[in-house]
Amino acid sequence: MTAMVKAEGVHKSFGAVQVLKGIDLEVAPREVFCLIGPSGSGKSTFLRCINHLEKINSGRLYVDGELVGYRQKGDKLYELRDREVAEKRRDIGMVFQRFNLFPHMTAVENVMEAPVQVKHESKAVARERALKLLDRVGLSDKAGSYPSQLSGGQQQRVAIARALAMEPKLMLFDEPTSALDPELVGDVLDVMRGLAEDGMTMVVVTHEMGFAREVGDSVVFMDDGVVVESGHPREVLTNPRHERTKSFLSKVL
Amino acid sequence: MTVEIDKAGPKDAPPPAPENIKAIPVRHYGRWVTAVVIIGVLASIVYAFSQGDVNWGAIPDYFFDDRILKGAGMTVWITIASMVLGVVLGILLAVMRLSKNPVSAAIAWGYIWFFRGTPVYVQLLVWFNLGLIFHYINLGPIYQDEWSDFMTPFLAALLGLGLNEAAYMAEICRAGLLAVDEGQTEAAHALGMSHAKTLRRIVLPQAMRVIVPPTGNEFINMLKTTSLLAVVQYGELLRGAQDIAQDSGSTTEMLFLAALWYLILTSVLSVGQYYLERYYARGSSRHLPMTPLQRIRANLFSFSNRSAGGVGTS
Repeated sequence: MTAMVKAEGVHKSFGAVQVLKGIDLEVAPREVFCLIGPSGSGKSTFLRCINHLEKINSGRLYVDGELVGYRQKGDKLYELRDREVAEKRRDIGMVFQRFNLFPHMTAVENVMEAPVQVKHESKAVARERALKLLDRVGLSDKAGSYPSQLSGGQQQRVAIARALAMEPKLMLFDEPTSALDPELVGDVLDVMRGLAEDGMTMVVVTHEMGFAREVGDSVVFMDDGVVVESGHPREVLTNPRHERTKSFLSKVL
Repeated sequence: MTVEIDKAGPKDAPPPAPENIKAIPVRHYGRWVTAVVIIGVLASIVYAFSQGDVNWGAIPDYFFDDRILKGAGMTVWITIASMVLGVVLGILLAVMRLSKNPVSAAIAWGYIWFFRGTPVYVQLLVWFNLGLIFHYINLGPIYQDEWSDFMTPFLAALLGLGLNEAAYMAEICRAGLLAVDEGQTEAAHALGMSHAKTLRRIVLPQAMRVIVPPTGNEFINMLKTTSLLAVVQYGELLRGAQDIAQDSGSTTEMLFLAALWYLILTSVLSVGQYYLERYYARGSSRHLPMTPLQRIRANLFSFSNRSAGGVGTS
């Protein structure tokens, strides 16, 4: 079985600052894969590399067996054209910390936008599916609302529905609950839990240790651009072997 | 320790409302003096004009004169035409200036530098007088003609105003594009949208909110700048008024008349701008401000309430 995401020695630097210093990991299909670690550890950057929002400097990154951002012919790498990169991103949903909903469109228009514009679905079909997705995230009554009329938790759920509308095989979550008021976190996590139960492959950067322990199939603790420790959530979170993991967990738990 | 306060009056009665403060307000004598002085100055200006040798009757007589109406129409037409040219070219220049291609960025920069750095009056004259150095225009199989037939007053006006405007619009559009959060582009890209689609569907509509208000100003400015077009023999409003002035001898009166017409036209544009801004504000604020019509209706409604004895609280 090919891994959904496979990283081999992934390096990334911004100017002189090395953010990722050789990441090796594998995400199996249907797995819920949680990335934890202090801020600045590179976990969000790594997530953004998976759908090529950031270019990696060395190493190899594969999604579903295909190289991200490049095509290999013989021993030469060719950069993909923008159009080809866009095509591959269709299959990867992404949810951002700050939602990034399109403010000039209503909730249902946000969800319809990509299917209509990218997949050229008819508006009627796209709207019907968008309404179903909004129902699935518990917002069927907010279809006509603009993002500014929704709470943070509702916006994030619309954002999840928007990503699901493209029927992705992989979902990336970049600290999806970090910008939310504490009482709104639960609704978003419930939606994500439902997705996990349906067998969606998910890579989740999170500070919600409860979610990682309960829903996660594996957890990776990153610090300073390297993977410090990985394994089953119960082991990593309750029985950390490394000092850095221990000290991080003692601060957040 | 708690203190029981003996409540006066029957137990069920609501507590008495706190007494309103009655105080002598501060007297602003300075405001009175300023108001009197300003009104006095205004009155003396009005008086001066009433004593001038002005043939006021000429203004209504010629207000709807054919030459005025035709001039106003020509003014509106060239305003719209050069603004369309300016906006389209301006968006193109803004995108070029933000592009990763260094050549197109440099060309856009140079264009803006040149057309913003020289007076529009000079540019108009240059376009009009290019016939002195080119006698014949030859675009191969597409178009060939004598220069003087090619460079009509309309074309000179359009190029002079429109190309100049594009330089300003480019900067306005660039500011608008830069004002859109980068997360919007990322979200669109993550959904698999191309650069062009992201620009057209996601970034531009949001940039419009920033672009529209200054563009409205540009529109109004353009309308007034068309009064320079006499220099390229374009028959706009001011020229129409001056033609009448020469026939009738009422020079100043016709300038007043033209000024009135400009005021009317710019007022119409301001109203249009208001509604356009409202349209692009959708989604950005929770409640759109009321349109003037809605406000009048609401005021009428609350007024009838008040007269019916209701207590106005808002």
